[in-house]
Amino acid sequence: MTTALGVYAPGRSPLHRAPAGVKLVVMVAAGVGSVLLDRPWQVLVALALVLGAYAAAGLPPRVVARQLRPLAWVAGVTAVFQLLVSGWERAVVVVGVLAVLVLLAALVSLTTRTTELVDAVVTGCRPLRALRVDPERVGLVLALGVRCVPVVVGLAEEVRDAQRARGLAASPRAFAVPLLVRSLRHADALGEALAARGLDD
Amino acid sequence: MPLIEARGVSHRYGDRTVLAALDVRLDERRVGVVGANGSGKSTFARLLNGLVLPSEGSVTVDGHDTRREGRAVRRRVGFCFTDPDAQIVMPTVAEDVAFGLRRRGLSRTEVRERVARALEEHGLADHADHPAHLLSGGQKQMLALASVLVTEPDVLVMDEPTTLLDLRNAERISGVVARLPQQVVLVTHHLHLLDGFDRVLVFDEGHLVFDDLPATAVRHYRKLMA
Repeated sequence: MTTALGVYAPGRSPLHRAPAGVKLVVMVAAGVGSVLLDRPWQVLVALALVLGAYAAAGLPPRVVARQLRPLAWVAGVTAVFQLLVSGWERAVVVVGVLAVLVLLAALVSLTTRTTELVDAVVTGCRPLRALRVDPERVGLVLALGVRCVPVVVGLAEEVRDAQRARGLAASPRAFAVPLLVRSLRHADALGEALAARGLDD
Repeated sequence: MPLIEARGVSHRYGDRTVLAALDVRLDERRVGVVGANGSGKSTFARLLNGLVLPSEGSVTVDGHDTRREGRAVRRRVGFCFTDPDAQIVMPTVAEDVAFGLRRRGLSRTEVRERVARALEEHGLADHADHPAHLLSGGQKQMLALASVLVTEPDVLVMDEPTTLLDLRNAERISGVVARLPQQVVLVTHHLHLLDGFDRVLVFDEGHLVFDDLPATAVRHYRKLMA
């Protein structure tokens, strides 16, 4: 499984110990600020900073590579497109910024326990109470989302295995329909479990 | 032991009656529930913590009605499901155990200590920060059990907790359950898990058809299924 989500890598680096809220704010600020990068050297500096942060967190290069792998297709297509349309400088900037942001987001998940992330979001959402948004609910949705990624990946693997076992050729519909049905059934069961664990009480 | 009481309970899903005319009082320490698929035993289990509210009649746990006092009932009654993947709600092991302790007015230190103890008792201490999805099936069910027991319920209701497990893991779960001081209501197809139980209920087509000591009840159930 190559998903970056929920793969908290325990550690005691300053990045691990930094408050989750600060990390989230830095990540969002970097995302907004990234529109200002329009020279290749700027992007390379940003990339170097992020890679430095990985090193500071004690994460080896293979972890960096694992975060980037799912990006390969998107980055490849984008790079070719930009090369043809706007030239190599633009291609480096666009693909570089993409990589920087993905690495930064993954760095936050790698160094922060989900509970801390959820608590930070809950705190951040407090002002939304005025709009009748329950911050605890927002936090729970986030946690369940993180938890559900590997679960749905698991369901997808089961569906694919079941198809192979019956010797069916790969058909998008024969894959999507059972996956959807299983996901909905899982959602039902999850709802029941949340109720049993006193969520709505 | 807490007293679980069902009075005049029927339950329907649409036109289909899944439980009919059920009157039963449970105050034994170990109660088993057996029956064919679709016999109503899962619905019965879900009635005990108010996950399912009866179409007719009432269910009480120590006098608390599941309809009017669902919260009080669920604090007393822990529930363990068949598929641990569905009941693990947090991404990592320790976080899932801690989830049940939210909003209980415990300090962070208390939560951490109780979580650590629960993980230790269930052989998960080395996996505290691991993603839940990397655990084996048996470990996941142990985690699900730890997450329920950390809240210290008076009653533990288990709906086929060993059905998806191999023999060794099923034995481990049953070993943990055997040592629990709590009242346990265990729905199962693994009939040998009921050895040493105080009472076994047999369900068939929505009716409680037999209610006796395990040996006699299991014999009746086997005859019913033959």
